[in-house]
Amino acid sequence: MNKVSIIIRREYTTRVKKKSFIIMTLLAPLFMAAMFIIPVWIMTRQDTDEKTIAVIEDGTEMFKGKIPGTKYLKFEYLENVDLQEIKGNFGELGYYGILHISPKVTYLPSAIQLLSNKQPPLDITEHISNAIEKEIERLKLLTYDIEDLDEILKEIDTDVKIQTIKISDTGEEKETSTGIAMGLAYISGILIYMLTFIFGAQVMRGVIEEKTSRIVEIIISSIKPFQLMMGKIIGIALVGLTQFFFWILITFIIISIAKSVLIPDISAVTEQPLTENILSSSPIAQTQVSEIQEMTEIQELFSTLGNIPWLTIIFAFIFYFLCGYLLYASLFASVGAAVDNETDTQQFMMPITIPLLLGLFVAMGAFQNPESSIVFWFSLIPLTSPIVMMARIPFGVPLWELGLSMILLILTFIGTTWMAAKIYRTGILLYGKKPSYKEIWKWIRYKN
Amino acid sequence: MQSYIYLTLANLFYPFKFFIFVTQNQRIDILMELFKAQHIVKQFANHLALDQITVSVPEGSIYGLLGPNGAGKTTLIRIINQITAPDSGELFFKGNKLKSDDIYDIGYLPEERGLYRKMKVGEQSVYLARLKGLSRQDALKKLKVWFEKFEIEAWWDKKVEELSKGMQQKVQFIITVLHEPKLLIFDEPFTGFDPINVKILKKEILKLKDQGATIIFSTHDMGSVEELCSHITLINKARTLLEGGIDEIRKRYASNEYEIGFEGEANLLTATLSSQYKILEHKKVNGQSIVRIKLQDSFSTNDILKSLLQSGKIVSFNEIVPGMNDIFIRVVQEEETIKRT
Repeated sequence: MNKVSIIIRREYTTRVKKKSFIIMTLLAPLFMAAMFIIPVWIMTRQDTDEKTIAVIEDGTEMFKGKIPGTKYLKFEYLENVDLQEIKGNFGELGYYGILHISPKVTYLPSAIQLLSNKQPPLDITEHISNAIEKEIERLKLLTYDIEDLDEILKEIDTDVKIQTIKISDTGEEKETSTGIAMGLAYISGILIYMLTFIFGAQVMRGVIEEKTSRIVEIIISSIKPFQLMMGKIIGIALVGLTQFFFWILITFIIISIAKSVLIPDISAVTEQPLTENILSSSPIAQTQVSEIQEMTEIQELFSTLGNIPWLTIIFAFIFYFLCGYLLYASLFASVGAAVDNETDTQQFMMPITIPLLLGLFVAMGAFQNPESSIVFWFSLIPLTSPIVMMARIPFGVPLWELGLSMILLILTFIGTTWMAAKIYRTGILLYGKKPSYKEIWKWIRYKN
Repeated sequence: MQSYIYLTLANLFYPFKFFIFVTQNQRIDILMELFKAQHIVKQFANHLALDQITVSVPEGSIYGLLGPNGAGKTTLIRIINQITAPDSGELFFKGNKLKSDDIYDIGYLPEERGLYRKMKVGEQSVYLARLKGLSRQDALKKLKVWFEKFEIEAWWDKKVEELSKGMQQKVQFIITVLHEPKLLIFDEPFTGFDPINVKILKKEILKLKDQGATIIFSTHDMGSVEELCSHITLINKARTLLEGGIDEIRKRYASNEYEIGFEGEANLLTATLSSQYKILEHKKVNGQSIVRIKLQDSFSTNDILKSLLQSGKIVSFNEIVPGMNDIFIRVVQEEETIKRT
């Protein structure tokens, strides 16, 4: 055991001291943080290009002045102009687009066109259609002769958001967010896939390095091949865990710094008493409503974040990462032992890559439908379970399924390691000849 | 080395030669065998690598493991190192069955050898020494001594890839002997070294032997076998062809041929000799006649000397003992022809 620890220490320290390790450890969280921060940053920064859209109605003035302009989006209502003429001079006139509204719009929803030489972004088209919908509704209501219609309309203007609440069999409530669960499932599934591949390939490269440099014979005259293989696998697993730990730590630090620097008002907003505004019966201005919505959203986000079973997820993640990695790493090690150089590995990578990829594909399906039977079975089958089960866990998995999947994984890991050790032991001492699958099968059956 | 000197001296004083051989053989018989392999069989998928190989290595000897490429030497060495296990047969070390802890008492320099290219020399040496059971402090202390001896202290912090192949070999040699094992196994230790370094290395090997180490030495270089080994075993196609003390083996293959250096009338010499002996070769070098003759069974060397004394001045008289190279080729080729017929 002492000797295995010497091997583990070498595998660990040589890798951790490498420049590439330090760079990857520092850079990857920057990328990850960027994935979180950049969308937020883009959202906080609006498009500062002033755009003007020409509005043409065929003879009527039904919508004149009814589409509210914003700071960067203006509407110009043109009267008595010919659509064809404007279209013809589009380049010279400098409009961002031409909004053509036909009077038929009250009964034909598709009678509006936005003509532009660019693809208008979603927020512009939504802004326009919302305004027009509202105006049409107002016009229709107007025909019922209701007193103080405008007042009433302002007051009843509400926006609804569905809160999903998961209940346990005994009826205990828990707020959940499908979005957050999906995001988590997605991230953990892909992370397991990537980490298994990255660190498995490191094991393989390490074995090839020892084989091609021919140091392996010196080492295995001191220790058993199995000890060398396990030492390497465990050492690299520790490298993986170290890197993973720093990734989480650094990502967390970056995000919290960025949060306070880029969007300082979010924390300020959440601290305001929300209940007061919502409960007050007085009419609430449009802007206030949206502000409140934003606030409740953030509050919701925090409460659902708190309700996510973090401990279970982190424990499961470490378990599935370790067992999945151990399972594949021994296979990677045996591939490394069977070949003489990295280019020869292609042939033997297939049986490793296919279950991994399959796991990833099924996991992608799990985001859509975590309860389907294919997802169920693949989260039990050991070769794919680390990825698929991790994708299921944020949605909640019955304990017995989790337990069964873990036990199966551990048993398979022991089996593959035993098999890989046999391939490894024979392979590392053979040079020059690229073995066939048939030969490798023979190695597995060797007594010694 | 010593026995080689004995041999040449003995040629001049033939009557004592027998005596010297006998005493030497007796001495060796008394010595314990440090390592013994009995009836080792190893079968690989497609061929038999070792077929009933028996080897016994006397303590304190330098034991040559000879044989053509693919004879099974490396397989045997790997079995001694417990890298692979034999299908059948028994192995003994220091009189007991070979056990896994014995690897601490064995040092192995494989033929296919290398080091981690990206790792520093010092760090790597300590690592490999620790795998052989040395503590970090002991390893550092001993490495310092060896690095000074080979004058390579400056390499300590260099990466292995910065060293030449010969330099790497020196480091590997040190790593092999560092833990002061009882049994050292060198597989082609001299390949890749220049003659000066080969000389240094040979000196170190002999010194290790004097300090009590037993050495198994596999090589194709028959010159160094004659120079270093006291015992050999010759393996070909998985079977032992020859085994024993090197002097005894060379004597066994001696063909009763002698070389006489002679000053005086050459014709007279040939006339005298040709009546009784078969002259193989006769040449003149610097006014001296060199004659090679083959002795018939019924005559002794004294008979030749008697007849020569009358015909001139004898400068030298030597038995022609075949070199290991000749024996190697002869034995292997004979085996091949026997197999073919």
